[in-house]
Amino acid sequence: MPKEIYLDNSATTKPYEEVVSEMVKMLTKNYGNPSSLHKKGIDAEREIKKSRETIAKALNIKTNELFFTSGGTEANNIAIRGVALANKRRGNHLITSVIEHPSVLNTFAYLEKEGFNVSYIKVDKNGIIDLEQLKQEIREDTILVSIMHVNNEVGSIQPIKEVRQMIDFRKSQAILHVDAIQSFGKIIFTPKELGVDLLSISAHKLHGPKGVGALFVRKGILIEPIIYGGSQELNMRSGTENVPGIVGFGKAVELTFADLPNIIAKMNKLKDNLRKGIVEKIENAFVNGQADSQSAPHILNISFPGIRAEVLLHALESEGIFVSTGAACSSNKPSPSHVLSEMGIDSKCIEGAIRFSVSSFNSEEDIEHCIQQLPVIVKQLKKYVRR
Amino acid sequence: MDELILVKYGEIILKGLNRPLFENKLIRNIKTSLKDLGKIKVTRAQATIYIEPMDKMIQISQMIERLKKIFGIVSISRVAKVEKDMECIKKQAVEYLLPTLTHHKTFKVETKRADKRFPLKSPEISREVGGYILSKISHLKVDVHTPDIIVNIEVRDTSAYVYTEKIPGVGGMPTGTNGKATLLLSGGIDSPVAGWMIAKRGVELEAVHFFSPPYTSERAKDKVIELTKVLVSYCGKINLHIVPFTDIQMEIYEKCPDDQLTLIMRRLMMKIAEKIGLKNNSNALITGESLGQVASQTIQSLGVTNAAVKLPVFRPLIGMDKDEIVAIARKIETFDISILPYEDCCTIFVPKHPKTKPQLDKLLASESHVDVDGMVNKAVNETELIEITQ
Repeated sequence: MPKEIYLDNSATTKPYEEVVSEMVKMLTKNYGNPSSLHKKGIDAEREIKKSRETIAKALNIKTNELFFTSGGTEANNIAIRGVALANKRRGNHLITSVIEHPSVLNTFAYLEKEGFNVSYIKVDKNGIIDLEQLKQEIREDTILVSIMHVNNEVGSIQPIKEVRQMIDFRKSQAILHVDAIQSFGKIIFTPKELGVDLLSISAHKLHGPKGVGALFVRKGILIEPIIYGGSQELNMRSGTENVPGIVGFGKAVELTFADLPNIIAKMNKLKDNLRKGIVEKIENAFVNGQADSQSAPHILNISFPGIRAEVLLHALESEGIFVSTGAACSSNKPSPSHVLSEMGIDSKCIEGAIRFSVSSFNSEEDIEHCIQQLPVIVKQLKKYVRR
Repeated sequence: MDELILVKYGEIILKGLNRPLFENKLIRNIKTSLKDLGKIKVTRAQATIYIEPMDKMIQISQMIERLKKIFGIVSISRVAKVEKDMECIKKQAVEYLLPTLTHHKTFKVETKRADKRFPLKSPEISREVGGYILSKISHLKVDVHTPDIIVNIEVRDTSAYVYTEKIPGVGGMPTGTNGKATLLLSGGIDSPVAGWMIAKRGVELEAVHFFSPPYTSERAKDKVIELTKVLVSYCGKINLHIVPFTDIQMEIYEKCPDDQLTLIMRRLMMKIAEKIGLKNNSNALITGESLGQVASQTIQSLGVTNAAVKLPVFRPLIGMDKDEIVAIARKIETFDISILPYEDCCTIFVPKHPKTKPQLDKLLASESHVDVDGMVNKAVNETELIEITQ
């Protein structure tokens, strides 16, 4: 087996070892239910409190504004459905963008069926939303604007601050939700400076465990829960807390934020090397959506027209290099990427689009090896294109 | 009152002197299928198999689920064993069937008297039991033409049996009574159905799958394993041979004309399957081909692929429409797996305008540009074997 080079960090990341050992401790020793009245319960509750403090600090928010969920998808669902439901009397209009993650798009599709009116903001060729269109779409009855921070397929950074300004400029009461699942731990920001009311994050994108995420809800925002039960998480998300997951999440945030500027610089360098190497060595390789200072440090989307991305993916896999075609969540259905189509990229390039996503766990040698292998594989595959 | 299962088998009864061979095989297959559930007694008398759990923890319903998939079984009944005495039969019939009968309005009693020494004749038994049921369950009425429910009484050697339900079995012949065949299993809808149909006739299966990384993914392989597991739930055990096929496809692609690619590929698949089949003592090959479904399944195309091998090729779907095939795929529960979208990316090896009326001599001429035997041997040698059992 060749050495494993994992370049699919937007799909998920390998957990820090410290995260795993903390979680094992929670599963083997500190296994109490935080709701229990006895010491076992209190011990577990204290660990959750610690995690909540760590993450709240990283986001510069209050601990009672952070709610743990079962992951990014659930955080997005609670935010969008919860706000729509609670603010129905104020209006019926919602705004989102055409390049959101399925957990957002499909939630809006559901709300449309429930009678809400949804406007979708288009993007330019770099995958950045059209602020002018946003300005036109905001209406008196707009109750929610939900825009992602970093796009998961191409890494474009959305102008969230400007979205806030636009909402204020139009004197709208609309609540602003941001899906920050791909930006948390990759970009330095706080919800406050961006003017965000709700923000979704997920643990497994920054070397934490799967199955845990969180939603920031600014104090004073009108929102209703979508899951009912034992009133955990201040009734926002009932259900016995995923204690090991939450503790692992806290640890991952602690480790990432202790060294965030360096981590970001490292990812940026790895990504730039990869981009330069590929573009230099392979003719007909096109970078999708990497506008200056508007692209995340870890995501690089490149089209190899004439090659089926899935074939290239499997060929790279046999060399130990793991990448993705479009978003991992949609590669089970061989439908063309909605993000790339919305960016106006032609179908040949969409078919051959590969997403490389780095993390601080990657080394320069990883990138070097990938740059060495790619041209060989691409050349081999180009021999066998459909005649 | 003990509950047990009575199993009836069909066609086997028509066998002459070989009949015990078939019966014994069926009993062995039943025992193997139920083995992990616990201690179960399986006996045979008068063209009926009696399956009796020896442990109260064994669930009859779980046994029935398994029996529904065993080839050779025509019907399955969950029955109560009662003493061979009119009073017992009457009382226990009512006691056992009361919960069922209360949900119906009309009924009739049907009796089979296999033990001719029993003093009452079948119609007399029916009448007596029917009368007793009427006297005990006041809302029921007799309807001999279209009853809601039929109460069955069977008077046999050692005991009598009471039941209302006859669950249809899958039919066919016991696995292992009709030789062995090698199935070309693609992962689509058709080939698992073809394999199932031949297995139903008592044939043991081996399966061959052609794997083309990086044009097909590991998930496609997992899918074929899942499909094989479904077939195994009917026929016990299948050896799945995974053949590396990419090199062959590329070689053909480079050296043979476009419009012949699919057929030359098919011919090589047949040759490889035959070689694997002969190694494991198969008597035939099985494909999921259906006449005219695609270019490689025209009558002429089938002719040239058939000419690649000497073993007989069974094509049980040959005269079926797609919707008929899909209906079987749904019934045997392969459909939902077959339609999983881990499709192969082999489309680059599929010509835009494939030959529909190929000529064998032209294909042979093209094949002379490649080392057919060498490629077949290499592929067979590099084949991975996965044993799939229940």
